[in-house]
Amino acid sequence: MPDGINIDYDGLIPNNVDLAGDARVRKALETWHPGYIDWWKDMGPEGFQESLVYLRTAIGVDPKGWAKFDYVKMPDYKWGILLAPKVEGRTIPFGKHKGEPAWQEVPGEYRAMLRRLITVQGDTEPASVEQQRHLGATAPSLYDLRNLFQVNVEEGRHLWAMVYLLHKYFGNDGREEAEELLARRSGHQDTPRMLGAFNEATPDWLSFFMFTFFTDRDGKMQLEALAQSGFDPLSRTCRFMLTEEAHHMFVGDSGVQRVVERTVEAMRDADITDPHDIAAIRALGVIDLPTIQKKINLHFSLTLDLFGNEISTNAANAFNAGIKGRYREDKLEDDHALLDATYPVLRHVSGQFVTEEVPALSALNLRLRNDYVQDCISGVTRWNRVIEKAGIGFKLALPHVAFNRAIGEFAGIHTDIDGNILDEAVWQAARDGMLPNDDDAAYITSLMVPVTENGKFAGWIAPPKMGIDNKPGDFEYVQIVA
Amino acid sequence: MNALVKQHLIDPEVCIRCNTCEATCPIGAITHDANNYVVDPNTCNFCMDCVSPCPTGSIDHWFVVPEPFSLEDQFSWLELPPKPPEPALDPDDSEAAALLDGAHAATGGRVPPPPSAAKPQINVFNRDAPARATVTGNLRLTAGETDTRHIILDFGSRVFPVLEGQSIGVIPPGTDAAGKPHAMRLYSIASARDGERPNTNNLALTVKRTAGGLASNWLCDMELGATLDVIGPFGATFLLPAAEDADILMICTGTGAAPFRGFTEYRRRHAPGIHGRLHLYFGARTPEELPYFGPLQKLPATLLQQELVYSRLPGRQREYVQDRMRARAEHITALLRRPNLHVFICGLRGLEAGVEAAFTDIAEAAGMDWATLRESLRTSGRFHVETY
Repeated sequence: MPDGINIDYDGLIPNNVDLAGDARVRKALETWHPGYIDWWKDMGPEGFQESLVYLRTAIGVDPKGWAKFDYVKMPDYKWGILLAPKVEGRTIPFGKHKGEPAWQEVPGEYRAMLRRLITVQGDTEPASVEQQRHLGATAPSLYDLRNLFQVNVEEGRHLWAMVYLLHKYFGNDGREEAEELLARRSGHQDTPRMLGAFNEATPDWLSFFMFTFFTDRDGKMQLEALAQSGFDPLSRTCRFMLTEEAHHMFVGDSGVQRVVERTVEAMRDADITDPHDIAAIRALGVIDLPTIQKKINLHFSLTLDLFGNEISTNAANAFNAGIKGRYREDKLEDDHALLDATYPVLRHVSGQFVTEEVPALSALNLRLRNDYVQDCISGVTRWNRVIEKAGIGFKLALPHVAFNRAIGEFAGIHTDIDGNILDEAVWQAARDGMLPNDDDAAYITSLMVPVTENGKFAGWIAPPKMGIDNKPGDFEYVQIVA
Repeated sequence: MNALVKQHLIDPEVCIRCNTCEATCPIGAITHDANNYVVDPNTCNFCMDCVSPCPTGSIDHWFVVPEPFSLEDQFSWLELPPKPPEPALDPDDSEAAALLDGAHAATGGRVPPPPSAAKPQINVFNRDAPARATVTGNLRLTAGETDTRHIILDFGSRVFPVLEGQSIGVIPPGTDAAGKPHAMRLYSIASARDGERPNTNNLALTVKRTAGGLASNWLCDMELGATLDVIGPFGATFLLPAAEDADILMICTGTGAAPFRGFTEYRRRHAPGIHGRLHLYFGARTPEELPYFGPLQKLPATLLQQELVYSRLPGRQREYVQDRMRARAEHITALLRRPNLHVFICGLRGLEAGVEAAFTDIAEAAGMDWATLRESLRTSGRFHVETY
């Protein structure tokens, strides 16, 4: 009998939710499982399904058991259903039910809302695997290839986590949603994924690092907000997913940092001090800092759209209902009901930006987005330290929140990266200077040549400071079987 | 000079501020400001819970310093300060290191830990700042002439982080003839990392009383509730491999069984279904004098294959572990052909010579060269000897 810490590895689906004792859900998941494996083989990493990859797998959800490393073929990865241990006596931490015992079953009046939230979260997980499926062919090292696959298998596990909730708590509706999650395809004309950023291509490794830094970080914020939920199974699921999500942040954060490191190192070796001398820098086979800035502009703005409208009744309802909280709700010191509070919102009103105080309940999407921006800044600050240390006069920065937006207050306008409003003609002329253009894409693509020798790295990226699982620099992270 | 202390630090250059460590720490030792995540040296008890969830490796830094860096120091860093040299001359470390070097001498050169072994903590407690333990068990394991005991030491609320195969140090009370404190004695831990039972904060030793032996008599005479100072843990190579396909051949005599009891307990609790197997060749004079004879009878062969060998059975020819190895040459040969075999030898000095000869002959008969094989096992962290 699983005690919530140790995981039952005996059945088809490793779990710490006593699937063995729940025939209905076990059967539903076992029925869903072959479709999942088919999806993984069709839409998962292309070309490496037989290779042995040095991956971590959770064998327990306690700190000592959850990160066990070994070689495994990806289709044999133990995708399991792992919830953080139950906290006895947990109460709903916010909203109008604050202080009532946390729900162990779905409350009838919030069933539709919960199902929607879980489905949207679930849809992003397979989407990113699909977006990244061709990247293995151009990995800059075996170390990076492993990191990509680790991210992929864990996104797969996060899909399992959401599908478990759908099957366990939402009956037939849940089963249909679970099937749909395997049917939609990122970027597909007729059956696209539910959110915009998850239908964009991930064409190269710098995009991958940017995606894991910016877009997976939105995932982290959403999980943080759902980890506060009064629906206890959702909270416990998200809490465990967050431990895995931290690795995805790391891949993006350190990936961009290593690109920056290699660029400034090559510039220094070639005595180039002008970061805008793009032709000379590209001649060195590294990615110039202005192009890295353009990638930041693109991925940051696409990801801000994922937070939805700044002023949102849905977000207010979800909070009030005790379903979705704020970032680190448990660390905030207020009444956790927000009925009388207000929150400043930057709005676009007839050609001007104005800050308006609006009811705090309505502004929860924006609040989460603001916490997200703060979280992003810490990464950019670290990248800038690398540039500063090399003595190069250039600072990477996040663009203005109104830049290049398709959803929310700024959807109808164009601005430059500092937030100056531009008319259509100026925008069209300036666009290629602010977002990656065809030349930039072609140049980056030309660098994407796979490196598969142990301990070797492509010329446009620096080696990491430490190996995964403390392994030495020449460790064979992936044993490639063609 | 002040006693040196070990300090847990986070590398601010590598840390990505994901908050996993702070959320994981069970005692609130980790905190952060707008700049850095830091560890409070007054709170951290080296439980290591934060280490494996850290995605970056930035958490895994341990300095030995005269004065710990304050939280304010750590908040202000952009990178770690230069690591102070490991205090090689620190009497406690060098004392334990010399004992271990002696015990490992027969391994035949420096040996890395098994590649899949967990990362050990070493030298967390020293002579100047030992961990106080209480004796909560003292059970005689053997009958007849030998008095071998299973002694349980409990650390109360203090974390004493150990892995199977590591040793601890104790110092008998009083002074020697020259008026100096007695030398340190090392004992192998006979329990699993999570205690005698899961999540108890204790460890077990296997101690044999020797005539006139200062430390062994002191330990074997310990009453329940008595306290003693423990230092260590020590040993960073003779460790349980974690790989699921690791076959482990364990050869021992007498109290040399201690680390293997730890290995077996860990696998029984945490990895019962894996396909790597444990194989034990264990020698004693008689069943009555074989430590843990009773408990061994209860273990299934799927967990542990046992060859218990006796040298003083009435009316029987003397048999030693190397004799049994030769008699089971087919089994040994099959093991030597396994891709992920680990060999561990532990017991009285002299054991290794007979075992070595047996390996050489068995390998030769199967067309293998033991010296070559042994060298490849040793350099890949899969051949370990601890004798005394």
